[in-house]
Amino acid sequence: MNDFAGKRGRAWFHALTGQSRPMEGDPASVLVADADLGGDRARFLCVVPNPGGRFPCARHGEVGLEEAWTLAARVHEITRPNGSGAKQPIVALVDLKSQAYGRREEIAAIYLAAAGAADAYGTARLAGHPVISLVVGQALSGGFLTHGYQANRILAFDDAGVMIHAMHKAAAARVTRRSVKDLEALASKIAPMSYDIRDFAKLGLLHKLLHPTNPDLPTREDVAMVQAELIAAIEDARATPVDLRNRRESKEAEATRRASRLVYQKLSEQWHGPSGKI
Amino acid sequence: MNSSLGRPNFLNRQSFIELNARERANVLMDVGSAREFLGPFDRIESPWLAAQGITPQADDGCVVIKGRIAGQAAVAVALEGAFQGGSIGEVSGAKMTAALEFAAEDNARGIPTSAVILLETGGVRLQEANLGLAATAEVMNAVLMLRRHAPVICLTAGTVGCFGGMGLVAGLASYVVMTREGRLGMNGAEVIQEENGIEEFDPSDRALIWAIHGGEQRQALGLVDALVEDDVNAIASAVQALIRKGVPATHRSSEIDLYRRRIQSLDPSHQWEPREFRNWWSNRLAEDRL
Repeated sequence: MNDFAGKRGRAWFHALTGQSRPMEGDPASVLVADADLGGDRARFLCVVPNPGGRFPCARHGEVGLEEAWTLAARVHEITRPNGSGAKQPIVALVDLKSQAYGRREEIAAIYLAAAGAADAYGTARLAGHPVISLVVGQALSGGFLTHGYQANRILAFDDAGVMIHAMHKAAAARVTRRSVKDLEALASKIAPMSYDIRDFAKLGLLHKLLHPTNPDLPTREDVAMVQAELIAAIEDARATPVDLRNRRESKEAEATRRASRLVYQKLSEQWHGPSGKI
Repeated sequence: MNSSLGRPNFLNRQSFIELNARERANVLMDVGSAREFLGPFDRIESPWLAAQGITPQADDGCVVIKGRIAGQAAVAVALEGAFQGGSIGEVSGAKMTAALEFAAEDNARGIPTSAVILLETGGVRLQEANLGLAATAEVMNAVLMLRRHAPVICLTAGTVGCFGGMGLVAGLASYVVMTREGRLGMNGAEVIQEENGIEEFDPSDRALIWAIHGGEQRQALGLVDALVEDDVNAIASAVQALIRKGVPATHRSSEIDLYRRRIQSLDPSHQWEPREFRNWWSNRLAEDRL
């Protein structure tokens, strides 16, 4: 599964922007381009494998120090307050292995680099930029927190090659002391543990599942369909609050995230009630 | 304090690390002002653990206490490292998100309210995997919403440390308070060993772990706002001082140019010895500020 992380990202980045090179001064692992989308000029960002990368633990599609700070810079440069007031949409194309697991990364504070990218995306969203995450492949763990999870709307392909998860199977099995087979069996019964994107859709976090005919090599029709869905998601994001409440107020969340909703309701009663007066 | 009487100072200390999450959050509050919300008697537990043979806890390992710090309204949210490693599940994550969001709303309504998040956690609770990851993203959003109005202070005293997605939450905080016993990072040594081998990071090398993730090193790199002793009064005073300081002019996670240039000039062709790295980073810092 891991060996193709990044191939789809590259293919869709090219299909949606016509570009396939990094911007001047950026590492080869971060592709950024502006392209027309509906009446907008949207900024597309994607992390891709870079076998020749400077950091040995960030060569296979992981989000490392360079990737995270580059994403932060490229999001920030179009979202810092300017005179025009135009809120350019941002599309995070997601097909990444994970965050980079390395000693160099820890010593140089990858937690801050990852926070820097999430800060840029989240601040852009809160300032009114529509931020759309399009998951075409893998979206794992801290990599997704860094690149994609601060979006107003998350779109994903309904396809076996798509996976959104906190930890990849082999590691999760090791940590929970189970075989991969046992983990899969358990995960199929417990919605938040499942590795299946259709189960993920039941959590209420996704805006929509998309069905391209060829997720690996998009056809012209696939590209047109995805563009139309991105435009619709951007419009939807522009018409609704800039926070993330849609993720717990969705129809699916009403069923699956009952505990989250109960926490909000009860905490609100106590916080805003007579006992909340400090 | 009483050193003039010839007693070593540590005898007068009350350890903060030995306190549980509830006690930690309570001792930060001005006397008589603390009130716990969604406490154990509200019994909102994880709905996912029992099916996996794990006994849930009535507060899901997350304590929310509202009160006053330095005379100003504040909320403290503390993760209990002794329950499932302080991990973020659906309920604990929602408690933290909701508390921070309500604090942000209070600020917008003209009631200044800051937050202290006490993070002792390995990150996402794997038994609630995707809901823990989603909750982490929502906590991050809540920190971004609140820190525009009032400081969000991350306190990592020890002994679990702050790792995984919660490391990113710490990265977004207005201020970071640590002890020498505290640790802060994204991936712990065990996880790195599993992904990239023992030569990348040897989890049995405790000295190396502390030399990289420990509070003293993080402070030397300029990533910590107060490095304090394991002492209730010292920690409470540090938190009060940072709350009085208010919102920083620039948050650390928004210093993109500074850190991007730092990483661009970093030579990753070898593993850095932590002290050597500290010197290089500090010298760069001095140059960057010229």
